[in-house]
Amino acid sequence: MNAATKPTGLDQPAAHLRLVPECADAGSPGIQLSGVSKTYRSRDGDVPSLRPLDFHINASEFFVVVGPSGCGKSTLLKMISGLLAPSTGEIFVEGEQVTAPSGNVGIVFQNSLLLPWRNILNNVLLPIDMKRLPRDQYLPRAMALLKLVGLEGFEKKLPWQLSGGMQQRASICRALVHDPKIMLMDEPFGALDAMTRERMNVELMRIQRETGKTVLLITHSIPEAVFLADRVLVMTERPGAIAAIYDVPLPRPRSLDVMAEPAFTELVQRIRKHFFSQSALD
Amino acid sequence: MAEFSGQGGLSRALNAAWVRPFLFLIFIVIVWDLTIRLFKIPPYQIPAPADVVAVLWHDWPELLRQTWPTTYATICGFLLSAVFGIVVAMLIAGSKTVESYIYPLLVFSQSVPKVAIAPLFVVWFGFGIIPKVIAAFLLGFFPVVVSAVQGFKSVDPDMVDLARAMQGSRFHVFRAVNLPHAMPAIFSGLKVSVTLAVVGAVVGEFVGSNSGIGYVLQRSIGTFDLPTMFAALVILALLGVVLFWIVDRIERLVIPWHVSQREELLFAA
Ligand SMILES: Nc1ncnc2c1ncn2[C@@H]1O[C@H](COP(=O)(O)OP(=O)(O)OP(=O)(O)O)[C@@H](O)[C@H]1O
Ligand SMILES: [Mg+2]
Repeated sequence: MNAATKPTGLDQPAAHLRLVPECADAGSPGIQLSGVSKTYRSRDGDVPSLRPLDFHINASEFFVVVGPSGCGKSTLLKMISGLLAPSTGEIFVEGEQVTAPSGNVGIVFQNSLLLPWRNILNNVLLPIDMKRLPRDQYLPRAMALLKLVGLEGFEKKLPWQLSGGMQQRASICRALVHDPKIMLMDEPFGALDAMTRERMNVELMRIQRETGKTVLLITHSIPEAVFLADRVLVMTERPGAIAAIYDVPLPRPRSLDVMAEPAFTELVQRIRKHFFSQSALD
Repeated sequence: MAEFSGQGGLSRALNAAWVRPFLFLIFIVIVWDLTIRLFKIPPYQIPAPADVVAVLWHDWPELLRQTWPTTYATICGFLLSAVFGIVVAMLIAGSKTVESYIYPLLVFSQSVPKVAIAPLFVVWFGFGIIPKVIAAFLLGFFPVVVSAVQGFKSVDPDMVDLARAMQGSRFHVFRAVNLPHAMPAIFSGLKVSVTLAVVGAVVGEFVGSNSGIGYVLQRSIGTFDLPTMFAALVILALLGVVLFWIVDRIERLVIPWHVSQREELLFAA
């Protein structure tokens, strides 16, 4: 808790910490949250899940959220995608207030959520079907994406014939197939083995650099967060609030070698301290 | 070598899926026959299997002629219960308001014995096929609704969210996610429904009809013609099995992806 209220006590260079979010006005590109909170109403009482949040994600930024389990990360992502209405506050994506799902977002959920009756290729093409876009126009792109994540030759297989990690990779393809400007990813690599995970990290970073997508990624792995992010948002325990936002001062393009650099390990250490001081190991 | 493969062929034939219940059936018939001989049960209580077979053998043109109206009524009633059942289930699963109004009444209506109200349909619609179809429909309807509602409701909300997030319209999301997801449950309801529809059609024929297996049944009971009655029962059972089998085949075609069908898929691959 003290980490949330007195993060300066963690002794860090001011450049790495922004307690007060840069306030961009609502018309600006990127994602803007002002006073966004969420309280789930259930039969046995209210469940406060998120305390009011204010922050801004710049366009083409790689923004990573870390936080203890149950602090409201998935809730945050669902609100930004327009699937869930915030209890208070407003969310603006690309300058427009979010009231309903907009098709310009690619989402990867915590579990792969492939439709068991569609083969892998048709699962990847689901956004195209939902948006009623011409299938044949996006078919080459879908195939290329599957190849990129190492699923070539599995297009005609049903999801249950693939391993958990392969399913998750397919779901990443699905989020990318309609070329959305914004990617919202909820622990996309949780089901992957360490090696595939690193490869996917590098791949995702490359895609993000090349296409200039705005990425909001949720992860449980602090090294992964620091490796990928332009900025890392650290959340407190439930009900979640912003503990700190860190700039990652590592130059791009990054290779896996940056993980050995002192600046990297130092930042990882610093973020880790939040969770120790909260006594919520995740 | 040839002998070995011959034996293999025989044991494979004995183990084929359809042979096993058949063998069991023969076993039951033998026990039936033995029981009658052993305890000297008079034929006006339980006929001997041989007599039943004799009736089937001699009267099959007449029995077959009577089978068609029953089959026809069963299928019509079943199709009605499938269509209405799925639509009503969609409404119930889709709207809490509809559910709160309709579902309790539906359950309530199920406790009304159909046999008791079947004569009413004869009063309303005469001695034609309509009372039978209605009786078959009423019996087949409920299992479809119950399983389809369960199927529609058990869909993972995240899966629906995913499709919604891609700007899918309500209809598109329903067609792409909810409906396929509910298919296995719907089919398990349809399988129960089709066997009940046979019962419904026979109930319809019982109370007011001059054709069909139900009519044969009733007439043979009236004249204490037990072999004919048992022959009619055998035909009804066969009808149920055949219709069930057809629904099962259709299920395999429609949901080849489902857990219950996976083994087949592996063999086919
Ligand atoms: N539909 C819901 N109804 C009621 N409460 C909910 C609902 N969904 C989530 N919650 C509550 O909101 C809190 C935050 O949930 P959320 O799924 O956002 O956590 P999270 O940060 O994503 O956790 P994890 O890292 O384990 O995925 C949880 O404590 C949970 O109990
Ligand atoms: Mg989560």
